[in-house]
Amino acid sequence: MRREIPIAITFIVGTVFIIAYFIPHYPFNQFENWFNDWFAIVAAFAIWLGALNLLKISAIKIFLKKTDQLHAALIIISFLVMIFYGFYNGFSGIMANPPYSYRDPAPGINFSWLYDYVYSSLSATMFALLAFFVASASYRAFRARNFEATLLLVAGFLVMLGRVPVGDLITQWLPRDYQLSQLANWIMNILNTAGQRAIMIGIALGLVSTSLRIILGLERAYLGGD
Amino acid sequence: MRTREIIAFFALIALILLAKYVLPHPMQFSPTLSLIIIILLSLTFIIIGVLTLQGKFVERRIVFIYVGAALTLPFFMQIELEVPISPEVQSAYDQIESLNPGSKILAAFDYDPPSAPELQPMADAFMKYCFHKGIKVIIMGLWPQGPQQAGQSVEAAFEDDPALRDKIRYGVDYVNLGFQSGNEFVILRMGESFKAMFPADIYGTPYDSIPILRNVKNYSNIDYCMNFSAGKPGTQEWVQGAVDRFGLKLSAGNTAVQAPMIYPYLQAGQLDGLMGGMAGAAEFEKLTGYKDKATTFIKSQSFAHIVVIVFIIIGNMAFLRGKTERKVK
Repeated sequence: MRREIPIAITFIVGTVFIIAYFIPHYPFNQFENWFNDWFAIVAAFAIWLGALNLLKISAIKIFLKKTDQLHAALIIISFLVMIFYGFYNGFSGIMANPPYSYRDPAPGINFSWLYDYVYSSLSATMFALLAFFVASASYRAFRARNFEATLLLVAGFLVMLGRVPVGDLITQWLPRDYQLSQLANWIMNILNTAGQRAIMIGIALGLVSTSLRIILGLERAYLGGD
Repeated sequence: MRTREIIAFFALIALILLAKYVLPHPMQFSPTLSLIIIILLSLTFIIIGVLTLQGKFVERRIVFIYVGAALTLPFFMQIELEVPISPEVQSAYDQIESLNPGSKILAAFDYDPPSAPELQPMADAFMKYCFHKGIKVIIMGLWPQGPQQAGQSVEAAFEDDPALRDKIRYGVDYVNLGFQSGNEFVILRMGESFKAMFPADIYGTPYDSIPILRNVKNYSNIDYCMNFSAGKPGTQEWVQGAVDRFGLKLSAGNTAVQAPMIYPYLQAGQLDGLMGGMAGAAEFEKLTGYKDKATTFIKSQSFAHIVVIVFIIIGNMAFLRGKTERKVK
């Protein structure tokens, strides 16, 4: 039964979604709405599951005194502080008159302060480091080894320069249609779109076949085990 | 090694303190000084190129320093760069421009702080434009942090024009419905009923008692949709779930990494317009007339792109040199 019930659920839900797409009328639309609501509820629980799992893994690291136990402790402390202020500001906000939200970017809301001045800054900093690593990696690895790589390199140069104002500044002596921004637009709209479309159609066909296999119970890897 | 790092750390702090308390505010280099800095940096590139040809390769810390300089120095340079408008950003702007005052626009904020440097400027310009034009904005998010980012955009609009604080009323001119879990299933369910997914706004106010949401049952009661997206769920899901199925009219603002994947939807007419990355944001700011962060940041991005290209060329010079040496041997 541990395998049959999930397979039955998958078959019923998958079939209903397919039928409801082509026949969006009663009773299929009603079933689809129910399943959508259920998915939202399950997804909400999944968020908690993920958060609790993170706490569990971090706590285990501390108890086992692993090398990154300090980081684990920091994760737990940050998690608890954010969740405390989220609930505190959330409840006091709803009770206040007029009500306020813990998401409001207003002074006195601790959650928002932590979000704006700690979380946002740290996240943006981590992401910004990418600029340095991309530059370094490009310098070391982006080589014109063969014809294809050279083509990629030239297209990369044109798009990189064409997507920023300095591209047109360099080529302002050329007719408008041949300036770098126009070349970049052409590459993005014609060459890139053709490539992306081919990839998307390939992915879509793969998805359709995999979905059908899952719905029909032929593909059972998602259930775990064999 | 540790001592060097500590010295670098304190030097950075000293630099920040110097910038905050000693240097004039706002610190701006004159156009002549800016030009001199650019020429000097260009000359150092030539020196690096010559050294590379001699077999002395630069280490990656030098690359980091140049990227850092390219990103920070333009903030202080009085250089105006003309931002060319791409057809996809023009189209996004035209669609919003064609809306009448009182029209309702659904703004889906599907991103988080790491993507905010790219997406927040376009979201800010969008919010300012809508508020000034009298377009009513219904905010929601498929990412937990999205509604909070939207709150920052609303605040940015109010800070830009304090008169808006009195003019724009929450619940009447805009509403923040908050986050709902469920990814693309939320989009599908909203095609039937907004209320089913958002029974209350972020303040806990019931859906039916919010004036802006009266007569808003599903997408058919929305005039337009703008999606700011940094991944999944995002623009692709909105196109597949809401545009194709329910006929929603949509434009999107995407990170530069994600934008190339969205172009097929644009050409197929499933998407009206697209703002890609910082460049798209700068173009949108120019079109709306609310020039702000993106217009400044695009200068840094321009310089950073040039630095990356120059280093790729230098790297290839080293590669060709090695190739020639191997052939000779």
